[in-house]
Amino acid sequence: MLRLLEIIGTKFLKLVEESGRVAILFLKTLLWIFRPPLNLRNILAQIEEVGINSIPVILITGAFTGMVLALQSYTGFKRFGAETFVGTVVALSITRELGPVLSGLMVSGRVGSAMAAELGTMQVTEQIDALYTLATNPIKYLIVPRFLATTIVMPILTVFADIIGIIGGYMVSVYILGSNPTIYERRTWDFLKLNDIYSGILKATVFGMIIAIVSCYQGFNTEGGASGVGRATTKAVVLSSLMILIANYFITALMF
Amino acid sequence: MNFTNSDVKISIQDVYKSFGNNHVLRGAFLEIKKGESMVVIGGSGTGKSVLIKCVIGLLKPEKGEIYIDGQEVASLKEGDLNEIRKKFGMLFQWGALFDSMRVWENVSFGLRQHTRLKDTEIKDIVIEKLKLVGLRNVENLMPSELSGGMRKRVSLARAIAMEPEILLYDEPTTGLDPIMADVINELIIHLREKIKVTSIAITHDMVSAYKIADRIAMLYKGEIIEVGTPEGIRNSKNEIVQQFIQGRAEGPITREQ
Ligand SMILES: Nc1ncnc2c1ncn2[C@@H]1O[C@H](COP(=O)(O)OP(=O)(O)OP(=O)(O)O)[C@@H](O)[C@H]1O
Ligand SMILES: [Mg+2]
Repeated sequence: MLRLLEIIGTKFLKLVEESGRVAILFLKTLLWIFRPPLNLRNILAQIEEVGINSIPVILITGAFTGMVLALQSYTGFKRFGAETFVGTVVALSITRELGPVLSGLMVSGRVGSAMAAELGTMQVTEQIDALYTLATNPIKYLIVPRFLATTIVMPILTVFADIIGIIGGYMVSVYILGSNPTIYERRTWDFLKLNDIYSGILKATVFGMIIAIVSCYQGFNTEGGASGVGRATTKAVVLSSLMILIANYFITALMF
Repeated sequence: MNFTNSDVKISIQDVYKSFGNNHVLRGAFLEIKKGESMVVIGGSGTGKSVLIKCVIGLLKPEKGEIYIDGQEVASLKEGDLNEIRKKFGMLFQWGALFDSMRVWENVSFGLRQHTRLKDTEIKDIVIEKLKLVGLRNVENLMPSELSGGMRKRVSLARAIAMEPEILLYDEPTTGLDPIMADVINELIIHLREKIKVTSIAITHDMVSAYKIADRIAMLYKGEIIEVGTPEGIRNSKNEIVQQFIQGRAEGPITREQ
């Protein structure tokens, strides 16, 4: 019993310590952002990698989420004759919640894992040490471009997911469930406030920061060859996904 | 102690470094004079790489001081270390080439980060440095397309590209054929004679050690147990040194294990 408590205790302490280190890396990254010059070439390369290459995944995620939301809420609302409000539910759930969260989870799977694997490989093959010896700070050279790219791109991807999700919901409602297109459209726009979209975008920005910092942290702290890189990759995805879900609750609660 | 002496370029004073229970360096002392070529020998896993990583500030010793041109560096913050590192070039044991960049981007990395040279000038320097390490027409290859020995030489070209005052070579000739190894030996001698670089080279290759060293230091059990000229080391009375340089399986080193 005591042994068990001890194990839990050490695990917990380790978690606290690690969170502290991630926070320090976050602050250092912020400091380096404001120390010119910014490496535009690296930032653009990352925007391409994180942003442009994620578009297909994001569009498919957004479209099917909107479509399934339309189906599900139609089933529910029909039971008390409120099926004309499907458009409202789809628009609100997508912009406030599912757009940013699902985009965050997809990007963490696609981009976070790639970042952790790339930086982890650089760590175990001493490429990060080599940067130091070339008088180049790896946080500035490697993390800042990834951080900026992910933070800029996540809100944009989320807007794409929102738009395609709403279109997907419309398509299913109008062409499969036979809803009236004019009413559906009106229900969508009438109750959607700018605030809903902003809150989604704020979430997406925070998620972008979480993905970049957690994944870069895991990459920089990789130990022990190829299997270490594998572990870092898994940890990057699992931890950033969990942190996205936790942060999501708190942002929602704050903006409620 | 004479580490403030202007003749001493690098001074390692009583350095301790451990990883968990693995006490790698246990009070290492070593001084390298300006323009001197110091070779560090010692068994595999004795901490030679760790020692030079402490010198360039990649690892922080728990105890002891390291002076570069009279300035203590082991306690410096990252920002100040960065300035000191501009004096250094380092060849890593496994090359540590940036595998997402082409050969020419690797070699010119420091130039592109720290100078405002034009592209054509950079190109010329890259070709010149690659020629020095015996490579041509590889500028546009990716590191994954090179052989092990070629990677090592590209890495050496990257280390010398900025013409640093101090060069740290971690096993510059391992993995090279005997002829290429000698090209690298000649290059190291050339850098010492012509450009007056101060260097620390780690090697297991005694032929190379005798050829490039002004002095040889032997690291054993976390300490430098002997420093001397190649001649002095060859005639050392120390049984441990003798066993190592003659490469005998039987002797005090193997008996202790
Ligand atoms: N980053 C590290 N983390 C943990 N242990 C390390 C680290 N770097 C080195 N060591 C340990 O320090 C010891 C010395 O390693 P080092 O690489 O300096 O040996 P070496 O003398 O260069 O050997 P070789 O001739 O084989 O290259 C080894 O036991 C190694 O396991
Ligand atoms: Mg070594």
